[in-house]
Amino acid sequence: MEHYSMNLTLQIWRQKNSLDKGDFETYEIKDISSEMSFLEMIDVLNEKLINEGKDAIAFDHDCREGICGACSMHINGRPHGPWHATTVCQLHMRAFKNGETIVVEPWRSKAFPVIKDLVVDRSSFDRIIQAGGYISVNTGNAVDANAIPINKDNADDSFAAASCIGCGACVAACKNSSAMLFLAAKVSHLALLPQGKPERKARALNMVAQMDKEGFGSCTFTGACEAVCPKEISITNISRLNKEYFGAGLSIDKQ
Amino acid sequence: MLNSKIPDGRLSQKWEEYKGHVQLVNPANKRKLEIIVIGTGLAGASAAASLGEMGYQVKAFCFQDSPRRAHSIAAQGGINAAKNYQNDGDSVFRLFYDTVKGGDYRAREANVHRLAEVSASIIDQCVAQGVPFAREYGGLLSNRSFGGTQVQRTFYAAGQTGQQLLIGAYQALERQVALGSVTMYSRHEMLDIVKIDGKARGIIARNLITGKLERYFGHAVLLCSGGYGNVFYLSTNAMGSNVTAIWKAHKLGAYFGNPCFTQIHPTCIPVSGDHQSKLTLMSESLRNDGRIWVPKKQNDTRRPNEIPEDERDYYLERRYPAFGNLVPRDVASRAAKERCDAGFGVGTSRQAVYLDYAAAIERYGKIECNKLGIDNVSAENIMHHGKEVVKEKYGNLFDMYEKITGENPYDIPMRIYPAVHYTMGGLWVDYDLMTTVPGLYALGEANFSDHGANRLGASALMQGLADGYFVIPYTLGSFLANEIRTAAIPTDHPAFIEAEKLVNDRIHQLKNINGNQSVESLHKKLGKIMWDKCGMERNAEGLKQAINEIQQLKKEFWSDVRIPGDIEEFNPELDKANRVADFIELGELMCIDALQRNESCGGHFREEMQTPEGEALRDDANFQYVAAWEFKGEHEWQVHKEELIFEVAKPTQRSYK
Ligand SMILES: Cc1cc2nc3c(=O)[nH]c(=O)nc-3n(C[C@H](O)[C@H](O)[C@H](O)COP(=O)(O)OP(=O)(O)OC[C@H]3O[C@@H](n4cnc5c(N)ncnc54)[C@H](O)[C@@H]3O)c2cc1C
Ligand code: SF4
Ligand code: FES
Repeated sequence: MEHYSMNLTLQIWRQKNSLDKGDFETYEIKDISSEMSFLEMIDVLNEKLINEGKDAIAFDHDCREGICGACSMHINGRPHGPWHATTVCQLHMRAFKNGETIVVEPWRSKAFPVIKDLVVDRSSFDRIIQAGGYISVNTGNAVDANAIPINKDNADDSFAAASCIGCGACVAACKNSSAMLFLAAKVSHLALLPQGKPERKARALNMVAQMDKEGFGSCTFTGACEAVCPKEISITNISRLNKEYFGAGLSIDKQ
Repeated sequence: MLNSKIPDGRLSQKWEEYKGHVQLVNPANKRKLEIIVIGTGLAGASAAASLGEMGYQVKAFCFQDSPRRAHSIAAQGGINAAKNYQNDGDSVFRLFYDTVKGGDYRAREANVHRLAEVSASIIDQCVAQGVPFAREYGGLLSNRSFGGTQVQRTFYAAGQTGQQLLIGAYQALERQVALGSVTMYSRHEMLDIVKIDGKARGIIARNLITGKLERYFGHAVLLCSGGYGNVFYLSTNAMGSNVTAIWKAHKLGAYFGNPCFTQIHPTCIPVSGDHQSKLTLMSESLRNDGRIWVPKKQNDTRRPNEIPEDERDYYLERRYPAFGNLVPRDVASRAAKERCDAGFGVGTSRQAVYLDYAAAIERYGKIECNKLGIDNVSAENIMHHGKEVVKEKYGNLFDMYEKITGENPYDIPMRIYPAVHYTMGGLWVDYDLMTTVPGLYALGEANFSDHGANRLGASALMQGLADGYFVIPYTLGSFLANEIRTAAIPTDHPAFIEAEKLVNDRIHQLKNINGNQSVESLHKKLGKIMWDKCGMERNAEGLKQAINEIQQLKKEFWSDVRIPGDIEEFNPELDKANRVADFIELGELMCIDALQRNESCGGHFREEMQTPEGEALRDDANFQYVAAWEFKGEHEWQVHKEELIFEVAKPTQRSYK
């Protein structure tokens, strides 16, 4: 792999707190190695800002391995930036060329208010899980793990849905700010397993109700979420959720 | 005197006996008892959820924006359990024995045995919660093997086992939040413990959004705050992982056990430059199928595929024929360093060895073609099928490697090098997981208890969940049963006011230094001292120098750090400064501990103490103990020794040959 060095112009959203209006600031940055990760490039910029006596750019990150779901930057109009199926912490600078201008913003959604700069409040996702994204089993009540064989295909599909990292890129990409892909991933993860079946109806209804309450928009199936999801959560999960949801609604009407 | 409170009786009966006799708290009293849980990784989330289910009032804290993002999420390879589903001779005893031996006889037998006993229930619990472990076509759970063992007892979910286990625990936790038994405080960082009449009774936390300090009361405080590998700056830990919670506890009287026991993981992506902010692990599970080698010729600059088979040195298979590529981590790491130091390293930095999948791809390809009944297959076809199998097993790891390095590991062998990964040391705890401060507990990676001087792969997840789901729900009772008459203490108690004032003063002091160096750059300096002098190999001379340098660095930090932004706002640089200040103090203690332990054991390798073949040389006569350090004042500690008694797993020279 050939490595190179580049100079870049960055336009980054700065906003002191949730009450501040916020605006873009422009920064010039030199000698960025193509081997750096995108966040390491921001580290370099922050080091420079601190040395100049300015405030560092606040952004969420922790694992830097694409698994915790903390990092969340909208880069050149795309959540997590240009690489397919890649969180911004795994995006590397060889994705960019010398002289490029890069625009960086926080997630934009009513349900994700900005806390500072590129950091948003995603606690609405936790509350959606609280509404039913679990199996009600207390510690110590389990039977032997191999007592319930699970068809490998279902187990694999369940795992694929469960690999959602709760980053919120799907919401950020959606013109309606819908959280359907996130929600569908959780509902599918649990509905595909026999352990998750007893609560499936209530789960779908309650989680959707909570999503509405949090101010997320409704889904018009544009597919923008799937295109940016770093974990390639499939939009077919939304169809599954709809089936669960309407099935649940119907059977509850009958009662 | 240290009292480890190990129950009497035969090793295999201790835990059963204990459970039968431990004091219980009745349901009406549980509702009146409040418990603070710091951390929502596997240990904290499982503890908070289980204690909430039992009826206690739980307050859980994490510094991330959601409990689901705790560092446990990043664990890749798997979790051990003595299920013996593969019928390959596994048992509770064997898991116990492997763990004690893997830890190089520096762990406490009784704790390890209990861990092995509860391991099977962990898998049951996780499956009941909906954790989608990998399965075979028959629908039953699949296993793989990990280093330091000869059975297949590791359960996994692709390379995302930690994620799936944590989401299981997180969901259980959120269910309790919904039911009102757990209150969750995300984006909160514990900055001190409040002690009243000698017992831990609360904490001071900083609300990371507003920057304001807040006070919380608890009848007991559980520290589940993870490991401190980031003292080395570069490690595989998440960026935020830190020592602050347990360090504050240490300064208030909790002894620190074996602080120098650090695990250096053999298979990580090598450093690419000064900008490096963290290192990425390539799961140990890759050593199941991958073969590790270097060229036989020194300073060989050929590309890996230009080096013919007979000019490659598969040095682990050569040195350790019995375990081959699956020797424990400490052994594999040192062997890699030895080859690189001797001039056989690869890549531009020469600080790397190859982890090669070509043979595995071919082997799997042939099996797959057989299964599919394809005859007369071309080599290309075999490779194609083999890559598919490897992709299913390790796809996410291979993708990660490619994203970071720009090289395709299906075609070119991966370059790997050891990196700091895990800390076996931590707060000293007794059998109940209680520290030397009454009412203060440590669970998961934050305690020192189960892994001795080296942890086996897939055993940290097991320990975190064992502590949280199956140990603390019992052992906490023995303390709380005597606390039912203690009414909740209002947080305007003088002890709370005093503790908050100290934290507040310290933050202002840090902020007002207004020096010339960023927190990050000072952290890098600490990391370099630690890695060079207290890393994979240590010697007395270097450690003495390191202690000196760290004392200097502390002065530099407290006179020259620059923290931008304000105190009462969201300020990640200030959060980091609080953590790095504690790392510096810890670094000194780690070097003191390493200097004191004049033997080599597990991950602690003293150059002065090695066998003629370069293996770690233990000194059981003089060092068969846990070093538990008591904080006495700045730069001052006193060591207390807990003698380790091995009744069942008799210490021998570890051999993986
Ligand atoms: C890359 C990687 C891969 C791994 N793979 C495996 C594997 O395959 N198998 C295995 O067994 N082990 C593995 N490990 C080790 C294992 O993941 C960890 O040891 C384990 O997850 C630690 O869990 P924990 O609950 O103790 O702490 P953590 O998961 O680290 O959680 C710590 C928690 O404490 C909170 N916290 C910390 N300080 C404070 C504070 N001051 N105030 C408030 N909250 C605080 C954090 O917010 C977090 O919630 C791996 C480790 C790494 C780094
Ligand atoms: S569905 Fe994808 S984009 Fe949405 S939160 Fe999950 S991982 Fe992120
Ligand atoms: S920092 Fe964890 S996913 Fe990016």
